[in-house]
Amino acid sequence: MGFVWFWLVAIMIVGYVVLDGFDLGVGVLHLFLVRNEAERSASLRSIGPVWDGNEVWLLAGGGTLYFAFPLLYASAFSGFYLPLMIVLWLLILRGVSLELRNHIDLGVWRALLDGVFGLASALLAIFYGAALANVIRGVPLRADGYFFLPLWTNWRPGPTPGILDWYTVIGGLVALIALTLHGALWVALKVAGDLAGRARKLVKPLWIALVALTVASLAATLAVRPAMLDNYSRYPFMFLIPAGVAASLAGILAWNAKGSSLKAFLASCVYLFFMLAGACFGLYPTLLPATGGPQLDITLSRALSGPHTLAVGLAWWAFGMALAVCYIVFVYSRFKGKVEAEQ
Amino acid sequence: MNAELIDRLHFAFTITFHYLFPQLTMGLALLIVVLKTAALRVRDPERAALWDKAAQFWGRIFGINFVMGVVTGIPMEFQFGTNWAQFSRVSGGVIGQPLAMEGVFSFFLESAFLGLFLYGGKHLSKRLHWLSAFMVFAGSWISGFFIIVTDAWMQHPVAYQAANGRYEVVSFWQLLSNPWGLIQYAHNMTGAVVTASFVMAAVGAFYLLDGKHLEYGRAFLKVGVVAGVIASIVIIFPTGDLHGKYVARHQPAAIAGMEGLFHSEAGAGIVLMGQPNEETQQIDNPIVVNNVLSFLIYGTTKAEVKGLDEIPRDQWPTALPLLYYAYHIMAGLGTWFALLMIVCAFLLWRRRLYGARWALWALLITFPLPYIANTAGWMTAELGRQPWLIYGLMRTSEGYSPTVSAGNGLFTLIGFMGMYLLLGLLFTVLVYREISRGPELASASH
Ligand code: HDD
Ligand code: HEM
Ligand code: HEM
Repeated sequence: MGFVWFWLVAIMIVGYVVLDGFDLGVGVLHLFLVRNEAERSASLRSIGPVWDGNEVWLLAGGGTLYFAFPLLYASAFSGFYLPLMIVLWLLILRGVSLELRNHIDLGVWRALLDGVFGLASALLAIFYGAALANVIRGVPLRADGYFFLPLWTNWRPGPTPGILDWYTVIGGLVALIALTLHGALWVALKVAGDLAGRARKLVKPLWIALVALTVASLAATLAVRPAMLDNYSRYPFMFLIPAGVAASLAGILAWNAKGSSLKAFLASCVYLFFMLAGACFGLYPTLLPATGGPQLDITLSRALSGPHTLAVGLAWWAFGMALAVCYIVFVYSRFKGKVEAEQ
Repeated sequence: MNAELIDRLHFAFTITFHYLFPQLTMGLALLIVVLKTAALRVRDPERAALWDKAAQFWGRIFGINFVMGVVTGIPMEFQFGTNWAQFSRVSGGVIGQPLAMEGVFSFFLESAFLGLFLYGGKHLSKRLHWLSAFMVFAGSWISGFFIIVTDAWMQHPVAYQAANGRYEVVSFWQLLSNPWGLIQYAHNMTGAVVTASFVMAAVGAFYLLDGKHLEYGRAFLKVGVVAGVIASIVIIFPTGDLHGKYVARHQPAAIAGMEGLFHSEAGAGIVLMGQPNEETQQIDNPIVVNNVLSFLIYGTTKAEVKGLDEIPRDQWPTALPLLYYAYHIMAGLGTWFALLMIVCAFLLWRRRLYGARWALWALLITFPLPYIANTAGWMTAELGRQPWLIYGLMRTSEGYSPTVSAGNGLFTLIGFMGMYLLLGLLFTVLVYREISRGPELASASH
């Protein structure tokens, strides 16, 4: 049961990153890619009907985490208190600025809203990457399973790290570039005209940066947490994961160059999937490692809910998510085709 | 200032603000389905177009409220973990379940179909468009259900067992069909319809008084008043009445606090007005109607109602006067809503409502009051539950996050206050603009 729920929660997180990832990316990109209001509005309208649904993955994932692993939910959310609150504020600013600009023409103020939207998107991407890196690096868990991390106090990962240290900053940058690239591929796929062409040209430089950062982050991970390799050496066929990362990266570049935007976008989805799956697999069965030694780790068996909760949960979860996937497919199919830049 | 107090204020502030939006959207979703149905059913194409535009117009108001509901709702879900970690750890296996189901079963549904409803008008057939309105309605009411089930478990825990220092579900169906939850759901959703119908009627009254969009004004008044009279009655009887009886049976301390009953009494009277005085343990300046309380709770004028004197002091609701006022404000406003709506419905039936300026004015200025009544109702429920976080099982003082200091809590509370002030201002501007542009223009953008 623990195994199943571990991967179900992981799937929700992957779903969130893959889906909300492209609208975060569009948020970052529109700051410097668009040339006029028509293009800006087209790029934002390409995410207008779907961004809210994409955010639901975060909520449903959070809820699933809550009841499957209450101990983890309680420890992690209170321990990462400040960054989480900042994430909430960014989500608020982002949602409101996007909707406001769509509702009224505020003249000059519109530029401010667009700036807020872009900045909030970029910071969110960075925070998500840093969050994952924090989990991989580990936190100073106490014997009662709680901890509290300051935002930055100690720049070096060690027994008492801060939320931002050199390792987690790399994580944040990987996420920023990966999601910006993801967004560029979405724009190339969904928006008509010039803008798509420029997005496609941007892919290559972003790609180079991403490859460099991916390699750097893998090396840094092995330095900070060598135990990430344990599961791989136990199950060598899992080296499929890094192979998948490499193949999807190659796919992004090749398909984008050929102009197969859909395939390139999907390759980017696969890249995000493998990166996250690799992290989850490396951690399993630890959920939140402790910097003070493995006896303090929050592990799967320690955090898992009771059997009846999980058994019933599995039934409705499978049913509910199947329904949800149906609506999502339906909505995306209704909004298929490209968004035109209109005057 | 200790961390517990800050965490309580943090939750109270953010949830009160959040609930300003869903109470409208849940009620309005139902009324939009009514408008869309009228648009499908009416034969005269001009009338049908009018109903359709009316639905589009309210859809836009809905959309603005929805976004506010979403952005203020996400912090709610996170706060269980951030500020109430110990509570989450102990009860997450139970209440995490309905909370997760809310996400999976209703938010996906609602957000998917709202996108279709708002953006997809041109791409969809009439029936599909009706269906998307209906799905949004279903989504928001399912969402309300799961959240109420969550709250009801804290008010009246059922279907749980304690194991390894935490609570686990033993029967999923009993958790979902908690009788407290069902009564609370009926009462609360009716409250949402009260808010939406008063808002719709008020916009109608505003148009008629202002001499603009007259056709729409009449349509809004008609739907608002008909829905409003039904909801305003149902909120008192049977749902409010039942809710009160249930609270009296299971939370004697709460009902005694709500009614300001310091001493047990046979044939207890109901206090219509007066100020509870905790020092002297009596009501100052009371206006009391004899025997009514016993009758309302037990159906006979003789029955004894338990007063606070029978309850150990450490189990008294912690904010007694606030509890008492919140309850009286809710019930007092409820009486006013029912009276006003009955008069307006009568005028509507006699075809005199549209010309009766005094009634239109009354409707117009009443529209903020349902918001106050709903908020006061929730304060009653939540203050009445104190000092328990999970009634009878866990005290509020045992539930907050041990590692989040008062300073950090205050920092984020102030942050939320600033952020929400800004949101509130933007929201008001947006909605006011939408209302003054009127329904004719509603389909111009998007
Ligand atoms: C328009 C809103 C509205 C109006 C007019 C009323 N209520 Fe209410 N009431 C609510 C909106 C509400 C609510 C917001 O929906 C509450 C808060 C928690 C809940 O489940 O419903 C609630 C709770 C609530 C409770 C439960 C308190 C607890 O759990 O401790 C009782 C006993 C009543 N109500 C009784 C009444 C009575 C007798 C009314 C008659 C006039 C009344 N309400 C009018
Ligand atoms: C929208 C309606 C609601 C309002 C206006 C509301 C209001 C409040 C208020 C005023 C408090 C502070 C009480 C005190 O500390 O003295 C509070 C606390 C709390 N409420 Fe609610 N509440 C609402 C709905 C809910 C729901 C649906 C849940 C559960 C799912 C919930 C869970 C809590 C929790 C966990 C606390 C903090 C612990 C406590 O103080 O008891 N509330 N709420
Ligand atoms: C602790 C309590 C609460 C939590 C954790 C919570 C959580 C949330 C979240 C996360 C959203 C955003 C959903 C989205 O992305 O679509 C939301 C919106 C919503 N909430 Fe709450 N909420 C709480 C209290 C309430 C209450 C008391 C009600 C009503 C009974 C309610 C009804 C709704 C509805 C209908 C929506 C849909 C958005 C809207 O119509 O504005 N919520 N809530």
